[in-house]
Amino acid sequence: MTTTSTRTLPVAPPSGTADAPRRTPRRRTPAPDAVRGVLGIADWRRRTVRTGMGLVHVVLLVVLVMFGLGPILLLGKFAITPTQDILRAPLEVFPNGVAWGNLHEAWFDVQISRYFLNTVLVAAGSWVSQIVVATTGGYLLSVLRPRYGKVLQWLVLATLFVPGVVLLVPLYLTILDPPLLGTSLLNTFWAVWLPAGASAFNVVLMTRFFDNLPREIFEAARVDGAGPFRLFWSVVLPMSKPILGVVSVFAVIAAWKDFLWPLLVLTKPEMQPLSVRLPSLQATTDLGVLMAALAISTLIPILFFLVFQRMFLRGAGLGGAIKG
Amino acid sequence: MTTDQGLAPSRPRRRRRTPVDWVRDGGLSTLVFALPLVVIFGVFSWLPIGRALVMSFQETNLVVTSWVGLENFRAVLADPNLPIALRNTGYFALLALVFGYPLPLVGAVLMSEVRRMKGLYSVLAYLPVVVPPVVAVLLWKFLYDPRPEGVFNEILGWFGIDPLPWLQSATWAMPSLVLEATWAAAGGTVIIYLAALLAVPPELYDAAEVDGASVWRKVWHVTLPQLRGILLITFILQIIGTAQVFLEPYLFTGGGPANATLTILLLIYRYAFGQSLGADYGEATALSLMLAVFLAVMSLVYFRLTRAWSNS
Repeated sequence: MTTTSTRTLPVAPPSGTADAPRRTPRRRTPAPDAVRGVLGIADWRRRTVRTGMGLVHVVLLVVLVMFGLGPILLLGKFAITPTQDILRAPLEVFPNGVAWGNLHEAWFDVQISRYFLNTVLVAAGSWVSQIVVATTGGYLLSVLRPRYGKVLQWLVLATLFVPGVVLLVPLYLTILDPPLLGTSLLNTFWAVWLPAGASAFNVVLMTRFFDNLPREIFEAARVDGAGPFRLFWSVVLPMSKPILGVVSVFAVIAAWKDFLWPLLVLTKPEMQPLSVRLPSLQATTDLGVLMAALAISTLIPILFFLVFQRMFLRGAGLGGAIKG
Repeated sequence: MTTDQGLAPSRPRRRRRTPVDWVRDGGLSTLVFALPLVVIFGVFSWLPIGRALVMSFQETNLVVTSWVGLENFRAVLADPNLPIALRNTGYFALLALVFGYPLPLVGAVLMSEVRRMKGLYSVLAYLPVVVPPVVAVLLWKFLYDPRPEGVFNEILGWFGIDPLPWLQSATWAMPSLVLEATWAAAGGTVIIYLAALLAVPPELYDAAEVDGASVWRKVWHVTLPQLRGILLITFILQIIGTAQVFLEPYLFTGGGPANATLTILLLIYRYAFGQSLGADYGEATALSLMLAVFLAVMSLVYFRLTRAWSNS
């Protein structure tokens, strides 16, 4: 679905360029009482359908709680269970009491706090770099449209077809010896932050969104004397909050999840984020404490998800379609 | 002419454009906006892509670099591990399709029909997607404990099923990986389908009802054809994703037991970073390029489909 679902936008821009937004507004979800799926009113009157759907309800709930929530709840339980009990009877509920000490030990002794901070730093920096590149790039390609814009757009789009595997080794060598800098970026956060910005997906998403903003407002702002910077900062960005939200959520979550790249470029343990550090901890750490560490690492993304639910689910629905 | 300068950079001009005109028209500030994109993509995307092409024909130890022609490709193709990795990756993709492809579709269709608690169901379905993959793998690694006391084995015991060796056996290792990967990814696909189901025009169902279609016939003749586009897209996305599977084999089994879970990406990783004798960057890039050609074809198809689908 489109990200512009919150507003209806006039389609034809006054400038009349050949590249005018092509998207026709998609079907909106009808008003709640008009929502219908496969089952119609007549179906709902039938007894078999009603009992069938009642059954579906129960099965869905049981399956989703067991598979969606189950392992996560189990992790939560393990986090505060003594190691002996986790090993001997993992499914019993606290046969020998609760071990809150696991959490304390994980946070302080295993220094999860430090790796947690590293993860936050990695995510924050990646977010900044992605937002900067995506907004300025989208603004350039959609609003300013210089002559070389077409070429840039083509070059950015082309990278969508290049899978991440290809970049692995040459990007690693670029980090070892970046052009002009003369110093290796290995074991600096820049090695994670900067490549994160090169996300064609973000640029495409932004460009498409800006394409659908009403051109009249840009023209009006220009007539009122707003330069390109003013237009960008005071007009375009404030109008783009929905898409900024989606890109931000994706950026933070992706940075939180990323494993292989930080594993390669952050080799010093004291700089590593949780995702890289946790696997190396498993050999040396008590199982209960390891589980506590895993639980702590999961807490933030889950809280983040519960708070920004709508944005997540909208963004995920969008995942199937980078559309023209 | 003086009041509207900078209004429309593309405005036609009689006079030849001079650099001064260019600056006055906002060319300089446009360049400022182009800078982040050009620098970041240039250094961290375009340059490495070009470098990959060159490196696959070279041999390097970071100090001395020499051209070796097709030697890297020849070495990779002759590596006895390559057929194993290809077969394993194909097996992973196949299992992932069998486990993971129909499940989200059925789930989404059912979820879109229930009248209450839809939001709760979406949240529950999406929850595993939010768990960091490393955490999920480490947790599941413990759940796959092969002892009879292991979590999954104990649950199997409730149904009178003997304990399984899970990750310890060459037969069960790959299905175990796929099971976890499916758990971690299915929620995302469910949400994609739910969004697509909302876009099915209700009139089609109304019309089908007028024609006296049963519930099943409506699903078969209206819902599924309407989802055709998105089903193809998720199919291709899944192929692209599973062809690059790395995290699960790397963390669960390290490619074992007996290379039963050695995937292509793991092989690439081993060439470049996992060797004690020194990195073989040339072979790693050669193999990743070959994989990339396959994936690029897939994503080209994907791109055409999203285009066709969003225009329809």
